[in-house]
Amino acid sequence: MVDLRLKNIKKSYGTVEVIKGIDLDIKHGEFVVFVGPSGCGKSTLLRMIAGLEDISDGDLYIGDKRCNDMQPNERGIAMVFQSYALYPHMTSYENIAFGLTLAKRPKAEIEKKVKEVAGILQMEDLLDRKPAQLSGGQRQRVAIGRAIIRQPDVFLFDEPLSNLDASLRMDMRMEIGKLHADLNATMVYVTHDQVEAMTLADKIVVLNDGYVQQVGTPMELFHNPANKFVAGFIGSPKMNFFEVKIIEVSENTITVDSLDIGAIQLKNKLQFELGQNAILGIRPQHLVRQIKNEETGQITGQVQLVERLGTETIVNVKLKSGAIVIASLNQDIEIARGEALMLGFVSDDLHLFST
Amino acid sequence: MRKKPTSKLRQTTAAGWGMASPAIVLMSLFLIVPFILAFGFSFTNQRLVSPNPTEYVGTSNFSQLLSFDILTIEPKKAESGQLIRDDDGNLTYPRVRKFTRKNPNYPELKGMKEWFSWSSGDDRVVMLAKDVIFIKALVNTVVFVLIVAPVQGGLALLLALLINQKMRFINIFRTIYFMPVVMSIIVVSILWRFIYDGDDGLLNNLLSILSFGYFEPIDWLGRTDTALGSIAAMSIWQAVGFHMVIWLSGLQTIPASLYEVADIEGATKWQKFRYVTWPGLRNTAVLVLIVITMQAFALFSQVNVMTRGGPLDSTQTLVYQAVIRGYEKQDIAGGSAISVILFLIVLSISLFQRYLTREKT
Ligand SMILES: Nc1ncnc2c1ncn2[C@@H]1O[C@H](COP(=O)(O)OP(=O)(O)O)[C@@H](O)[C@H]1O
Ligand SMILES: [Mg+2]
Repeated sequence: MVDLRLKNIKKSYGTVEVIKGIDLDIKHGEFVVFVGPSGCGKSTLLRMIAGLEDISDGDLYIGDKRCNDMQPNERGIAMVFQSYALYPHMTSYENIAFGLTLAKRPKAEIEKKVKEVAGILQMEDLLDRKPAQLSGGQRQRVAIGRAIIRQPDVFLFDEPLSNLDASLRMDMRMEIGKLHADLNATMVYVTHDQVEAMTLADKIVVLNDGYVQQVGTPMELFHNPANKFVAGFIGSPKMNFFEVKIIEVSENTITVDSLDIGAIQLKNKLQFELGQNAILGIRPQHLVRQIKNEETGQITGQVQLVERLGTETIVNVKLKSGAIVIASLNQDIEIARGEALMLGFVSDDLHLFST
Repeated sequence: MRKKPTSKLRQTTAAGWGMASPAIVLMSLFLIVPFILAFGFSFTNQRLVSPNPTEYVGTSNFSQLLSFDILTIEPKKAESGQLIRDDDGNLTYPRVRKFTRKNPNYPELKGMKEWFSWSSGDDRVVMLAKDVIFIKALVNTVVFVLIVAPVQGGLALLLALLINQKMRFINIFRTIYFMPVVMSIIVVSILWRFIYDGDDGLLNNLLSILSFGYFEPIDWLGRTDTALGSIAAMSIWQAVGFHMVIWLSGLQTIPASLYEVADIEGATKWQKFRYVTWPGLRNTAVLVLIVITMQAFALFSQVNVMTRGGPLDSTQTLVYQAVIRGYEKQDIAGGSAISVILFLIVLSISLFQRYLTREKT
């Protein structure tokens, strides 16, 4: 049983602080995904856990040992790199066996273990090939094999699927998910792709600007984003935001007003003051087409762009103020560019964030 | 079907040729024409200045350079068959000259000279060559290459590994190691002649100080057993920085992640070198060794400045001989033939390189 604990971890390159204090608990067997935009420090954080970067400040515990100053090979981790990092002059077999070869294990033991790993990943027929003779997906399989054979307590993945094409990415995503279930190992997975994060994670850690923005299950993040950044990052298409002004505050409700939506009342979840500016958010999936005014809230505008995906239709609607709203409407409704469109929503689906 | 170039295109083509022409003319004049001429001359008896017309002589220049033979000489015997010994009890032999000069029994040895000899039982075996100086030059050059290629290549790799670290002031070291490369080899040779000086040279003084005066000064360039080695040492020092830079560029093509994997797997420094660095440098290694080999085969300036081939021909080299023959002895044909032989040697090496670095299927 090995838990992973980060206490106020910081990282600076010279005077530039990249990671500004991160606290995190990862339980044994959890699949945790670090997600955030490019350059937010995901890889840096992962590499500090691996021991490839020094930790500038804070404590890292793997199990109950403080690991800040341990060598990477002593930490019980294995890492899979975005670039695969396979040795080009070695066959798949030799790449997978690399660690055991270094440790000078007996040949028979190495062969048995490599075969076993190849079996798990269904790549027995690739063992004699060198990386140049493998496709991207096959290379990633070899790289994962090299991680599995270490039998680590913690697997670290740094954007392992970014170099694969879309359909392969989906296959490999499912395989990694299955692998997690089979091996019952702790996995920390870095990606900038929120779909990967949503589908794989037990727990998502949203990073931005060197801080943890929110930690939670995929559905927690989707339904209850802690701030505007998380709300905008999780979910596709992106959540729509409107600048609003608080015009009334009561014990249970709050009323906001804006040019595009008008006054609308919602449950008071946060402490807002009268006259304050705020951000109102609504997901494209929560907008529906309306023919006539109903009791719910409305937005009206002109259709600018229609994308039909079969299961849904994405429309971009230009509002009075010039702002664009994206709506994801059910199935392939009849609608054309330039038409006026009325979109309705219920106030329970609204999110209110401070600016 | 190729389209006819439009007039615009033709103009730009002409402009291109125009701009390239100075280089083309110079390269033809000083590289291509001499190269062809050397080939031509090597089959003639061309001299630098001569009243007689040049004649085609076939391959005789080459056979003159390359023919050698082995002669076994029996010891002198008295009438009785008794071996004759000199006062020290050593066997005596007829002189080699007896066989190589106007001896109708040995027409093939005519004009040959002794290169070296050894004893085999009572007999004396003599290695003969028509052109002993050329053969010595060939052997010296090959020895020089065999010393310089591995030592300079290895040293350059070592320096590259040292310098390929993130460290303060590392650029100072890079500059220091690279500095001799940009100095003229003539200047470097003159300086090193002082360093190697037999009486008061820097090297002798240094060794004397380090050994608390026990070291007897050596005339490094004046002894047959140290002269070539001294030139080799100085040549290695001079160009090692250049090859260091080539190794460095090779090192920097190895992705950092390969080392990170090795760290995670717990590789030692030596294992990282053996499994990551060295395999990643394979093509660089071939390149460096070939370039060093070619440069070493062209050894000339150092010899010309420091020893002029001596002492006792112990630092004769192919290029030095080619120049001496062509210009001092006015034997353009002989010099050309040496150049052609050198060309063939270097050509075979580069073909061998292409073979080593070929795309493996
Ligand atoms: N070796 C380094 N020196 C200086 N800055 C670095 C170094 N490595 C990363 N950074 C900076 O740290 C930030 C985070 O990088 P990284 O962790 O790679 O981001 P991510 O993986 O989230 O895209 C970036 O702004 C990057 O420029
Ligand atoms: Mg990254």
